[in-house]
Amino acid sequence: MANILVSIEHTAGKIKSPSLELLTAAKKSGMTVIGVSLGAGSKTAAAEAGKYGATKVYAFEDAALDNYNSELYFNAYKQVIDEAKPEVVLGTGSSSQKDLLPKLAATFSSGVVADATELSIANGKVTTKKPMYSGKCLATAEFVNSPIQFVSMRPNQLSVDAPADGSAEVIEKSVSGTDMRIAIKEIVKGASKRLDLTEANIIVSGGRGLKEAANFKLLEDLADVLGASVGASRAVVDAGWVPHSMQVGQTGKTVAPSLYIAAGISGAIQHLAGMSTSKVIVAINTDPEAPIFQKATYGIVGDATQVLPLLTEEFKKMLS
Amino acid sequence: MKILVCVKQVPDTNTKVQVKADKSGIETNGIKWVLNPYDEFAVEEAIKLRDANAGSQLFVVTLGPKARVVDTLRTALAMGADEAMVVDAPESIDNHATAKALAAVITKEGPFDMVFTGKLAIDDQQGAVTQMIADFAKMPHASVISKFTKNDTVSTVEREVEGGSKEMIEIKGPFVLGANKGLNTPRYASLPGIMKAKKKTVKEFTLSDLGVSDSDIKVKISNFSMPAERAPVNMISGEAAAQVATLSKLLREEAKVL
Ligand SMILES: Cc1cc2nc3c(=O)[nH]c(=O)nc-3n(C[C@H](O)[C@H](O)[C@H](O)COP(=O)(O)OP(=O)(O)OC[C@H]3O[C@@H](n4cnc5c(N)ncnc54)[C@H](O)[C@@H]3O)c2cc1C
Repeated sequence: MANILVSIEHTAGKIKSPSLELLTAAKKSGMTVIGVSLGAGSKTAAAEAGKYGATKVYAFEDAALDNYNSELYFNAYKQVIDEAKPEVVLGTGSSSQKDLLPKLAATFSSGVVADATELSIANGKVTTKKPMYSGKCLATAEFVNSPIQFVSMRPNQLSVDAPADGSAEVIEKSVSGTDMRIAIKEIVKGASKRLDLTEANIIVSGGRGLKEAANFKLLEDLADVLGASVGASRAVVDAGWVPHSMQVGQTGKTVAPSLYIAAGISGAIQHLAGMSTSKVIVAINTDPEAPIFQKATYGIVGDATQVLPLLTEEFKKMLS
Repeated sequence: MKILVCVKQVPDTNTKVQVKADKSGIETNGIKWVLNPYDEFAVEEAIKLRDANAGSQLFVVTLGPKARVVDTLRTALAMGADEAMVVDAPESIDNHATAKALAAVITKEGPFDMVFTGKLAIDDQQGAVTQMIADFAKMPHASVISKFTKNDTVSTVEREVEGGSKEMIEIKGPFVLGANKGLNTPRYASLPGIMKAKKKTVKEFTLSDLGVSDSDIKVKISNFSMPAERAPVNMISGEAAAQVATLSKLLREEAKVL
């Protein structure tokens, strides 16, 4: 039976949900599911993967691999692919996987589809759907002449099966680099302790209608109550209120959470491109004609600086 | 120092996308084509480096339908690039074939001390060509770069990852870097720059000149469609307090997202 290789990303041994999505999809494919996990806790994650259908997992239990290094990760994955000979490789949408998969695809004379939102695998043949022009339209992406089919999936798109009985054979591996041309000197943690926008299930986002940078505190408070991440329009990023890592849109992050709350955002085409595939959109804007209302599920015409604190109180009551 | 920037022509971000009747792609009639926004940061960084290192030369290359994409080269020339090259290719070739062709340009016209790209093209949004060029050209790479400091042997870059975190990376050249917003502020083309760019000869390659054939295309994109229409908005009326109470109820009971 043909093999499908799944990247198992984990936090100290606990498998992250985007990788559980991939494992579930891999199991459904009917192919033999093989995993690869890197960094401290890899063996724990590898064993856990057995409950989600993996039969064999390559574990690189090495703290030197806790953080992404493009050369070391490449060497590790190449080793695994050479040995396991998968026909499909599934990666998550994390920054490291998005960096790694194309390089592997080039090495293995293969193609890569990044940021897929739908995935189906029949008789070992992968078909994906992916947003084009940041979601202004969609298209089907399929492989031809590609010995290995590499796909990185956007998070929160696929279902996760409950863990079942099952165990994976854990194969311990190690990797080293010779003649390395890249070294990670330092990692500066972002100020935000929240999930990255691309992984968040709820996003509260603010624009110029919030009037001043200090009013982003209102969004932070709401995000605390909802366990949400905070986004922004480009106008306020350019104004220096918040960093670019918070920008949603065609030249920022493309997001598709189950709930997107846009406060004081007009809904310019470039902003809509990045968020209009969100499941439910709430717009709060003083202008009833603002284009954001055309994409919204629920609309409130009102002053965001007044509505946001009320919402925070309301959700606090409701969720407590 | 010899520097190369790889750029792509994309529809302006203001474009209202319409899918062709046969679903093979988008309607290109009336589209305003521009230099991919992330490539502007790449061109700007390369110009600054060229200017800071006497005797350096800055090349720019693009790939796509020649007659159309050559305009984008003129934009880069007008900003300040010295030489321009185009690889004539159909719209439909994938990132694998694109990267293979660009890597072949690097070999043919190189060696280059550094290669810049944008971190991603805003049309197909794959973010793959940077890494694939690096692999084919056997150079190390770093992408999503918001800071770059060149040193003689080892340069330093800042790469943006999840949650606004940043990796400080040391990288030995020659290398390929993918530019992110924040790297610099791209300049506008000057009027004399625009005049000069118009007259410049652009060197041309075909895919076969570069050893790229149909079998290098690994991904086919087809069956374009518009996203599903959203249901009309439910405008919640009333005083602020009542609006908020209604919204919270709808989110929980109707939309079931809380
Ligand atoms: C090449 C290019 C790329 C771009 N990429 C992006 C991108 O990735 N992301 C992005 O967001 N934009 C992008 N833009 C910019 C985009 O065109 C808009 O300028 C931007 O999205 C506007 O931000 P905004 O909605 O916050 O501000 P505005 O358009 O100024 O809207 C402010 C809104 O707030 C409302 N308002 C005012 N006061 C209040 C109040 N008290 N309470 C509630 N509402 C209030 C107003 O009615 C208005 O609708 C791009 C533009 C270009 C040219």
